[in-house]
Parts: sequence; structure tokens; C-alpha cells
Amino acid sequence: MNIQSRRRLASVTGAALVGTLALSGCGSDNNTSATGAATSAAAKADCATGTLNGEGSSAQKNAIEQAITDYQAACAGATINYNPTGSGAGIKQFIAGQVDFAGSDSSLSTKPKAGATSIEQADADKACGSPAWNLPMVTGPIAVAYNLAGVDKLILTPAVTAKIFNGLITKWNDPAIAAINPGVKLPDQAIKVFFRSDESGTTDNFTKYLSAAGPTDWTAAPAKKWTGKGEGKEKSAGVANAVKSTPGGITYAEWSYAKDNKLGIAQIDNGSGPVELTGAAVGKAVSAAKQTGTGNDLKLKLDYATKEAGAYPILLVTYEIVCSKGKDPAKAKLLSTFLKSFAAAGMQTKLQDIGYAPLPAEIQAKVNTAIGAMS
Amino acid sequence: MTSITGVSSVDELPGPEGHGPLQGDRASTGQLGDRLFSGTARGASLLVIAIVTLVGVFLLSQAIPALAKNKVNFLTSSQWNVDGTPLQFGIANLLWVTVISSLIAMVVAVPLGVAVALFITQYAPRWLSRPAASLVDLLAAVPSIVYGLWGLQVMGTHMDGIQSFLVKVLGWIPLFKDAGIGAASTILTVGVVLSIMVLPIVTALSREVFAQTPTTNKEAALALGATRWEMIRTAVLPFGKPGVISASMLGLGRALGETVAVTVILSALAGSAPWSWSVFNGGETFASKIANNAAEFDSPQKAGAFMAAGLVLFGLTFLVNAVARVVIERRKAFTE
Repeated sequence: MNIQSRRRLASVTGAALVGTLALSGCGSDNNTSATGAATSAAAKADCATGTLNGEGSSAQKNAIEQAITDYQAACAGATINYNPTGSGAGIKQFIAGQVDFAGSDSSLSTKPKAGATSIEQADADKACGSPAWNLPMVTGPIAVAYNLAGVDKLILTPAVTAKIFNGLITKWNDPAIAAINPGVKLPDQAIKVFFRSDESGTTDNFTKYLSAAGPTDWTAAPAKKWTGKGEGKEKSAGVANAVKSTPGGITYAEWSYAKDNKLGIAQIDNGSGPVELTGAAVGKAVSAAKQTGTGNDLKLKLDYATKEAGAYPILLVTYEIVCSKGKDPAKAKLLSTFLKSFAAAGMQTKLQDIGYAPLPAEIQAKVNTAIGAMS
Repeated sequence: MTSITGVSSVDELPGPEGHGPLQGDRASTGQLGDRLFSGTARGASLLVIAIVTLVGVFLLSQAIPALAKNKVNFLTSSQWNVDGTPLQFGIANLLWVTVISSLIAMVVAVPLGVAVALFITQYAPRWLSRPAASLVDLLAAVPSIVYGLWGLQVMGTHMDGIQSFLVKVLGWIPLFKDAGIGAASTILTVGVVLSIMVLPIVTALSREVFAQTPTTNKEAALALGATRWEMIRTAVLPFGKPGVISASMLGLGRALGETVAVTVILSALAGSAPWSWSVFNGGETFASKIANNAAEFDSPQKAGAFMAAGLVLFGLTFLVNAVARVVIERRKAFTE
């Protein structure tokens, strides 16, 4: 009892610490990196002035904030605002003409949504007066994060992951887990699954992975709303905190949250050996994605079931949705220069420190071509 | 004239001509100031009524198309599939969690609030009553996100013992069955945090009413040989009852609609979770369900389903207030 309560206290102070660290990280870290980028970005990036408003996905919030800070430091007179209200809200505002670009975890849909008569892509094209493009900008790996004392290395296959998250495997020492983790001492402890109670692109992509890679064990259709078992917590911070304070807990969360909370991150074995979550491993999986958009519309279809060696398959790609021809030339110039600096190799590498993976070189080249074609 | 703070008995004495002296006899001097004032007062009250009506109309207009396509019973189902077809949504679970968490809050907060108010007005020395009253009022100024985080990370960690005790002793009652949810995130924890949040409302209003007890009544009770507690029972409490009831209803309104704290504390359940009556279960209230999903209202059908849930909460709050009004009116007639 005493130990338990002390551990709780530790977790609470730990959470508070992470909070302060994150806060101070926002303050000081950005400044130093901003000056670093200012010199490098100012050299090559051309600047534009004005104000740009964006809204949408919260999954890319930290990445785009970093990009904005750096761009604004390099280009005096430019103001870019990003409001992380969620992908759906971002697209809605983009179509309504309220924002200059939208961030979204999924590309504009080409089929009418339930109960709606219009199609997102068509609406966006109409709002732009030109085709709206989906530009992949940030890849966010999703970590399967767990809290299990004494277990530093855990390997999971899609089938076992699916069974854990739909409640078929309820103990950590289940033979199915033990079989793929030889030599690991698994405790006789209940598995506590945590999921996102809000609708999120993270849940959507995680369930897409489960149903693509483990179709026999995960039969529910992928959705933004969780369909498995467990306890729901609000947002990434909520699930990460819950796992941190619950021994035996497991969840799926963006990489940065798993890292910040010092949670164990499972290695994923899609059939060609366990893969640790690293920027390079994620890049391999993105390279394996197929482009489904035409021309400069770079809509990607991820191959979640990829058996490519060394590819980490659970990830989400977030897009910037933009007009190919902006209505206001000054804003279009600002938008294209900003996106160019966002997609630049230096910026993408820097994103790895805050929990994202860089775009692989060939996708990066395509994004640059598309940005160059914007007017 | 009857306000939330109760009614002083002087108001109720009939005037010399047989009508209440405080009921205006529509006399007006016809001066500009008078007319301006009555105009603005009327305008303000009409505006409030118009706003409430428009909120209702908005909710209805958004909800009706979704309700028309709903394939399950809206009131008795606890399914929530609003993304595709068939459209299935029901509020049974939301209604239960909302009502039970608010009831827990009331069970804790009302007796406690009344006791605090009695202490401040009847027992505490003057030097203590003022600061104590301000401190309780200060509770109302704490933002609900703070209550939420505190409830989850501080108070929640102490709920383990209470939960395991209740499960062991009363576990045979469905209300106290173990549901396998972490003790920091159950309906009971939410109820207790909500009770702290409504405490200042209940206390402040009860305090005002108790303080207005006519001194004559109190002195009469004491003169007849009543102890202090008997005086409170026979003079203060009956006088303050309508005020306490209305304070409770206001508090209940707050508890029913509380969003952020509930969202932070309560564990949501997956759609496939079985129905449970237990207060140790998780779940979502109307407000927390809407808050959790508001960012992704990407189709009119989905938004409509949530609006329909919001409409029920709107109706529920309305009902609670109406009942409070009726109770107060009846009590008043009785005490006359």
C-alpha cells in the first residue's frame, strides 16, 4: 500500500515535471533553434510578408509550431497562425474560406460523407477556384506504449496487438505474448488498455494498421472512434498519463508523448523481424506508400501491412491542404515560401527531436515540386 | 419578488386594501425616466426569453434530421454509431451517467453546504464567519480544468481504498459492483469532484437565506426554552427551506452541465462495453461526450446526433429548474 501510494506520488510529480519540461522546452528550446535556423534559412529561403491563418489537425501541432517559429525568425514581417482544432474542423474552415490552409490527418475525401450531399474535395476545389492539393508534410509515428516494470524490450506482432486491444488477451504473461518474446520475464498482471475517448486521426490510423496487418484478429472497420476495449482518456496527453500512472497499462500514442512520459515502446514485427521505432524505420514505411492523387496532389495510401525489412508500419501522415492557385497573390507567395521551408531537409530532420519522422527524400522532392507549381 | 434568496415573511403580509403592498399598483408618474426604465427592463427580459428559445430552436433544427434517420430508439438505446449507415444512436448510457454523477454530487454537497451555511450564520463568531464565507465563495472561482486535474491526479489516487471497501461490503448491490476501471476515473470520483464544485453555490445561497431569518422568529423560539439547535430546527430551517431547495437545483444544474472536469477525470467506455449500473464504472455524460467529439463534427448527420444529445441535456436542465420553481411555490404557500 505504502509502496503503491509512493509510486503514485512519484508518477504525479513525474507528470508535473514533464509538464514543466515541456513548457520550458517551448520557451527556450525554440529560441535557440530559431536563431540557428534563422541563419541557415535566411540564406536560402526567400521570404514573404503578410499574415497566414491555418487550422486543423492537432497531430501536427508541435511540428508546424516549430516550422512557424523558425520561418518567422527568418522572415520579419510574416505572421502565421495555426489553430489545432482537429482535422474535421480545419477542413470545414478551409472550405468556408476562413483559413488559408488546413492541416488534416486524412486527405480530402472524394466520396460524400454520411448525411452530407457534397463532396469535400469538390467543395474545396470550389472554394479555391482551382484544384485543392493534399501535400504530405509531417509523418507522425504511433507508438504502442506500455508500462511494465522490468520489461524494457517488448515485441508485438499485429495479431497479438489486435488481440490485446480488443480484449482477447488480458494478462501480460499470456502464452501468445510469451511466445514472441523469448527470454523476457513477463509478470502475471492484468493488461489495462487505454484508448482515445475523443475522435482522432491517431485512432483512425492505428485501427487502419490493425485491420490491414491483422485482419483476422481485428475485424472492426477502422474509424476515428475507438471500437476495441479498454478505458477511454482524453487526447494523447490523457492516454499517456494514464499508462504512466497504471502499472500494466498499454496504449497507442504519438511518439513524442510516449517519449516524454518515458513509457516503454514496443517493437513491431510485421513478419520480417522486430522493428524499433526510429525516424529512419518510419521513413522506410512512408517510402513504401503509394501515391493515389494525380499530378501534384500528393495523396498517399500507406501500406500498413508492409513486410519490408526495417520499416515501422504504424504511422500517420498529416497533410497541408492548400489551393493550387491562391486568390490573393501575396498570401500565395507567403504560403508557398512557408511550406518550402517546412518541407526543407533541415527542418524535417529537426522534427525528429520532437517526435516526428522526416519525410523520405523522394516524397520530399515531390512535395517541393508541388510547392513550386503553386501560384 | 420571490428570488433565489428566499422570501422574507414581511413581503407576504396583506396590505391595508387587501393586496400586497409590494405588488406595484401600476402607478406611474409618466415621466421619461420611468418609461425608459420600464422599457429597458421589459426589453431585457424579452431578450433572455428570446435567447433561450432560439437555443432550443437551433438544437431542434439541427437534431431533427438526424433523429428522423435514427434506426434505434433514441431514449432507450446505448449504441452510438454516427459515422456511417445505419445511423444508430441512443442516449440511455449518457443519461444514466449524467444523472447518477450529479446525484452523487448532490448527496454529498447539499448536507455539507447546508451545514457550512448554518455554521457560518448561526454558530461562528463574527470574526470567523466573514473569512470563512469568503473562502467558501472562493471555491467557485477555481477553473473547472483545475478541479479536473486535481481530481484525477490528487484526489483520484486516494479513491482506491474507498472503492475497494465499498466493493467488498456492498458489492452485491449492482450500484457498487466492481467494473474494472481505475479508481481515479470512475463515476463516483467524478461525483465527489462535482460535489466540491457545487458546494459554493449551495453554501452561498443557503447562507443568504438563513441570515434573513426574522430575529423575532428566532427570539420567540429561544424564549420558549428552545436550545440553539432546536431554534435552528424550528425557526431557521423551515424559513430557509425554499432557498435551500433552489440552491440545490442551481447546483444540480451546474453539475449536470459540467464539461471539462468530467472529460478529464472520467474514463470513457468503448462502444462494445456491456451495460452496468455501477458507480465504479466509466462512461460519458452528455456534456463530456459532446466535448470529446466536437472537433470532428465533419458531417451534418453526426453533428445532428450530438445536437440531439445536447437537446436532451437542455431539456433536463429545464426540467430540473421547473421542478425547483414548483417546489418553491408550494413551500411558500404552505409557510404562509
